[in-house]
Amino acid sequence: MTRYFSEDHEWIEVEGDLGTVGITDYAQGQLGDITFVELPAEGSTVGKGDSVSVVDSVKAASDVYTPVSGTVTEVNGALADTPELVNTEADTGGWLFRVTLSDAAELGGLMDEAAYKSYVESL
Amino acid sequence: MSDINAGGWRPSMGEAGDAKFTTFSGDYGLMLEEALSFELGSADKCGVDLDPADRAPVAGLNKFLRKAAPGLPGLTEPETVRHYTRLSRQNYAIDLGPFPLGSCTMKHNPRLNEKMARLPGFADVHPMQPQKTIEGALEVIEQLADWLITLTGMASVAMSPKAGAHGELCGLLCIRAALDARGEKRDVVLVPESAHGTNPATAAFAGFKVESIPATPEGRVDVAALKAKLGPNVAGVMITNPNTCGLFEPEMKEIGDAVHAAGGYVYCDGANFNAIVGKVRPGDLGVDAMHINLHKTFSTPHGGGGPGAGPVVLSEALAPFAPLPFVTRGADGAIHLVEEENASEGHAQAFGRMVAFHGQMGMFTRALTYILSHGADGLRQVAEDAVLNANYVLRSCEDLLPAPFADSGPCMHEALFSDAGLAEGFSTLDIAKGLIDEGFHPMTVYFPLVVKGAMLVEPTETESKAGLDRFIGSLRSLAQRAKAGDQSLHSAPHFAPRRRLDETLAARKPVLVWKGEPGIPGTPSLSEIGGS
Repeated sequence: MTRYFSEDHEWIEVEGDLGTVGITDYAQGQLGDITFVELPAEGSTVGKGDSVSVVDSVKAASDVYTPVSGTVTEVNGALADTPELVNTEADTGGWLFRVTLSDAAELGGLMDEAAYKSYVESL
Repeated sequence: MSDINAGGWRPSMGEAGDAKFTTFSGDYGLMLEEALSFELGSADKCGVDLDPADRAPVAGLNKFLRKAAPGLPGLTEPETVRHYTRLSRQNYAIDLGPFPLGSCTMKHNPRLNEKMARLPGFADVHPMQPQKTIEGALEVIEQLADWLITLTGMASVAMSPKAGAHGELCGLLCIRAALDARGEKRDVVLVPESAHGTNPATAAFAGFKVESIPATPEGRVDVAALKAKLGPNVAGVMITNPNTCGLFEPEMKEIGDAVHAAGGYVYCDGANFNAIVGKVRPGDLGVDAMHINLHKTFSTPHGGGGPGAGPVVLSEALAPFAPLPFVTRGADGAIHLVEEENASEGHAQAFGRMVAFHGQMGMFTRALTYILSHGADGLRQVAEDAVLNANYVLRSCEDLLPAPFADSGPCMHEALFSDAGLAEGFSTLDIAKGLIDEGFHPMTVYFPLVVKGAMLVEPTETESKAGLDRFIGSLRSLAQRAKAGDQSLHSAPHFAPRRRLDETLAARKPVLVWKGEPGIPGTPSLSEIGGS
């Protein structure tokens, strides 16, 4: 399993051709208390960089962009009742959706954990 | 944050100010506590004298026959009057003090406007009255339309849209109709990051695909990025000018020319027209459509004062597609309403109708009163004073609160600050809540999104220098407390009718329906609403 990060503060953990996508702990900290998460439709086809989900917080509604292209296989149903999981467990239980990758080469354009860490420090 | 109301349900006023005791009534001096109307009322009370309801039910209601009492509060007239008057005393309004909500232009509503709007000939007209009996009212609409056209340098105006966002929709539907008339299918609308939040929503609602244009580090539209996106699929661009960073877009003309050259149209969000009225004519900048919020620039009341009005001025290119109905002056000099599409008067291309009737008479009367009582020179001074006041706030606070675009030149009608540099754990929200303790309505917070912890302050031209100094003193004091890590700011407001409410819980588990007294059947328990 390898975890990659985007400049828009999404993470994707990839195992085989299946990726799990969430927003980073830094992102949830910037957004503040999350009040609602709008998730993509299961089975929908998404293209890298598409706005596929919206995270509402007390401060703002923010688009979440999928870091890879593919088909959404599953969304995190627990977020309907407990959107705060994105705050408390951004890296784990607060994942947003799972996607089967249609082009694994897209991962090459993302950052690894160390690169993301220095990216955040540069902001 | 233990001082925050933890349960979310029925917060109480608690001890107000320095009070070290509680009162029997729950009121504190003349700061009056107030229950919900449902809790005050009972079914056996009524404000009017009705016949006993002892008749047999009307036949034929069948399943619509009510099986239980309707659940109305049941209040006498004095109870009703006191209820709303008490609530109004816990509110804050422009008539009580400065209301520096950025992007909203909360200026004083002159009382002359109200006096004119209440004249029976305007206040009591009915939209289905014969035209012959409302010629004066139609003339008000026509005169206002003429002023709006003159002030914006545009070809025509659609008066019927009911509000800013409704006006945006009107403008985009005109663009769609113009494209249809050209036989073109363009489906993309470009929206810069510095635009109003309603713009992308309007474009999506009108069936367009929205593409975002980044802002430059100076807080303006990235013109190169915008030009790169132009093409045969672009229907138009929606630009807010002055933008939501409080800055004028000096390259508007260049943007307009480029969009037109690519076959698109320019929509301008006129929400911030207050900063340029009498100084700049959007028509000269290549704008094809722009809504005008009469409740902002032209001082009609925001909310509460009745429905809004968002007339849309249109360029020559879009004018033929304006929605029905509208008021026009015929060749004979007589004013009449155009209610139907007709070729003889050149209205065959109207895209349709957005509302049943002719617009918002009360707002039209107020706006025209404002315009006529100011005159052209007065309107110009409105813009100048609004910009002067905003720059005074900007330059008076930028040493304590970072102003991200302070180096981009003078701001327009609003000053933008960020919460960078406050002590660890302190943010925009603490400053906003602190302003309530200081007796001000907070500024706009966390918008625009391009600035972290944004604080958008729009003082408007109707605040005096003494009033601005008082506000600036408060803002500076709060910034100093937040920089020094004053923990008491975390639990502000301390002196308002309610302490800091749990906004997260309110958003996650909203209680929207009154279901009865706490503790009795039908009432949500604290655990049900997420409290403890």
